[in-house]
Amino acid sequence: MFTDFFFILRDAGVPVSTKEFLAFLEGMNRRVIQPDVDEFYYLARTTLVKDERFFDPFDKAFAHYFQGAEKFAAAALKDIPEEWLKSSLESRFTAEEIAQIEAMGGLDELMKAFRERLEEQNEAHHGGNKWIGTGGKSPFGSGGAHPEGVRVGAQGERRGRAAKVWEQRQYQALAGDVTLNTRNIKMALKRLRLFTREGADEELDVDATVRETARNGAMFDVEMRPERKNRIKVLLFIDIGGSMSPYVRRCEQLFSSAKAEFRHLETFYFHNCIYEFLWREEHRYEGKIKTFELLHKYNRDYRVIVIGDAAMSPYELVQVGGSVDHFNDEPGLTWLGRIRETFPHSVWLNPEPEADWNYVESTRLIRTLFEQRMFPLTIDGLTSAMNLLRRRSAHRHTLLT
Amino acid sequence: MSMKKFEGTSRYIATQDLQVAVNAAITLERPLLIKGEPGTGKTMLAHEIADALGLRIITWHIKSTTTAQHGLYEYDAVSRLRDSQLGESKVKDIANYIVPGKLWEAFTAEEPVVLLIDEIDKADIEFPNDLLLELDKMEFYVYETRSTVKAKRRPVVVITSNNEKELPDAFLRRCFFHYIRFPDKETMQQIVRVHYADLHETLLKEALEVFFQFREVQGLKKKPSTSELIDWIKLLMVENIPADYLAKVDLSKELPPLYGALLKNEQDIHAFERLRFMQRRV
Repeated sequence: MFTDFFFILRDAGVPVSTKEFLAFLEGMNRRVIQPDVDEFYYLARTTLVKDERFFDPFDKAFAHYFQGAEKFAAAALKDIPEEWLKSSLESRFTAEEIAQIEAMGGLDELMKAFRERLEEQNEAHHGGNKWIGTGGKSPFGSGGAHPEGVRVGAQGERRGRAAKVWEQRQYQALAGDVTLNTRNIKMALKRLRLFTREGADEELDVDATVRETARNGAMFDVEMRPERKNRIKVLLFIDIGGSMSPYVRRCEQLFSSAKAEFRHLETFYFHNCIYEFLWREEHRYEGKIKTFELLHKYNRDYRVIVIGDAAMSPYELVQVGGSVDHFNDEPGLTWLGRIRETFPHSVWLNPEPEADWNYVESTRLIRTLFEQRMFPLTIDGLTSAMNLLRRRSAHRHTLLT
Repeated sequence: MSMKKFEGTSRYIATQDLQVAVNAAITLERPLLIKGEPGTGKTMLAHEIADALGLRIITWHIKSTTTAQHGLYEYDAVSRLRDSQLGESKVKDIANYIVPGKLWEAFTAEEPVVLLIDEIDKADIEFPNDLLLELDKMEFYVYETRSTVKAKRRPVVVITSNNEKELPDAFLRRCFFHYIRFPDKETMQQIVRVHYADLHETLLKEALEVFFQFREVQGLKKKPSTSELIDWIKLLMVENIPADYLAKVDLSKELPPLYGALLKNEQDIHAFERLRFMQRRV
């Protein structure tokens, strides 16, 4: 029952598991819904989809599978117990109409004919006077003219709703293209924690309490201490040069979503290479900050993460006036060197594949300047980078690569 | 367990999809995860379910420091130590120092209850995983007393999330899910009616008109939601703002009256003013 639907959902990229599918079937079996297509759709959605980002793909897959009410009838109603159909009919006809139906041979007769025709008919059908479909004179279908017609599907005037819910695709805006699971990335970022005890005494220090109690001749002496809190402070420099555009949005989201994990996180933007100023806003017209000011404002405790592809013309790094945007009095490499000097806890994350780094002159230069502290923007790379940043000692550290 | 069907209450408008989700979760005994824009009534829903079904509600507010263990029980070692110093006799039984948490309370209640786990995304990223077994089996083991606490009646579990953190897949698979969409005009009208039955028809119409236009303003950090609208309308009524005054409000030239109830931060007021400034220049 509905197995095809399950696979269509999975093909559409909705991550449905067997467990959830069974829960959905259990819901059908235990009749938690009225025999009503809308309720059927809602039950499927609440049991099978667990993230609003997947509502839109789900709606599309649902429409694809049922292709409107006709196909729905053929696929679903065959498996639905007869009393469902009956109660559905009874709720849709007035007493008068039911009397008319009785006159024509009764509801059972009508239902029998309905089932027979369902079996004969394999395709969706509109118009005509026999098959089940819309706009026809057959007793089965919707919007038809036959006096005791069976309206199949929930399209129509109830509650003033025009289109079927899943056809309205109300959740389109929520879908985005965020298929990447950011959870495991956050797990990697979580490593970046530096716990210290500061502030008010809020928790019991068991060791100290035991020690002090023993000293007091077993008279109880409670010792409190401040709670451990994450004190990590992060500066994020993101390259928004042209070659970086596929990555920028994702990097930002990634870090801002992890913001709760850090005590302090500030983001600055640059174009290809860092020179005498950086931007606070991504649209590089607002909020310029002088790099010197930044170097003075933030102390060496700050963890600095530079995200950039480090791929540029070598002139941009070593030449006065080499910047593509403006005339720079000092070469880019000098500025990068100052950043590395000021912030011993700094790393460079590079979204380009690691294998390509050695073939790019500028990447090699930067990597050397950063003392090999360049990592690929993968889960493993991120994890290693965060482990390195976590170290308390600010010793320069050369990695074996 | 036969329970009444949830169909909303006199104070709470439940859309059809919400009713289906709630009733499915109750019948099939699965936790119901509720997400949605802030201020669309996620927490309120749990209270209304309890109210509609005539059940007691137990609320567990989650904070960034909450761990799963807090919900089960805590062992109050300090009290026991103190009692031992004073020679109290109850010190011999460790069970006297086990302090039950909210889950324990919900599990051991004689009658079925609604358990609200509020803002689960506030806790550590691993938190939901630590509750998997407890929510699945509705039981847990108390190491100190070597006993198992098992639910007498499975509570109706409602969990809310503001999407601050993504929840683990294993956890999501065990829940049913409902996303409270921002209400359309028609539903909003019903919602406001439920709160202010004596509100004048034209005032309601004009207020909603301004409100929905207001939500369209680009670049707002926090769009005003249902709870802000309710507050705003209350203010409009208290201040006796006439409907025809609202009808004349032109959002491209001015902020609506008593906008403080709708805009909650300075940046948004600035964003709004900048927008008006730019429009004036056009």
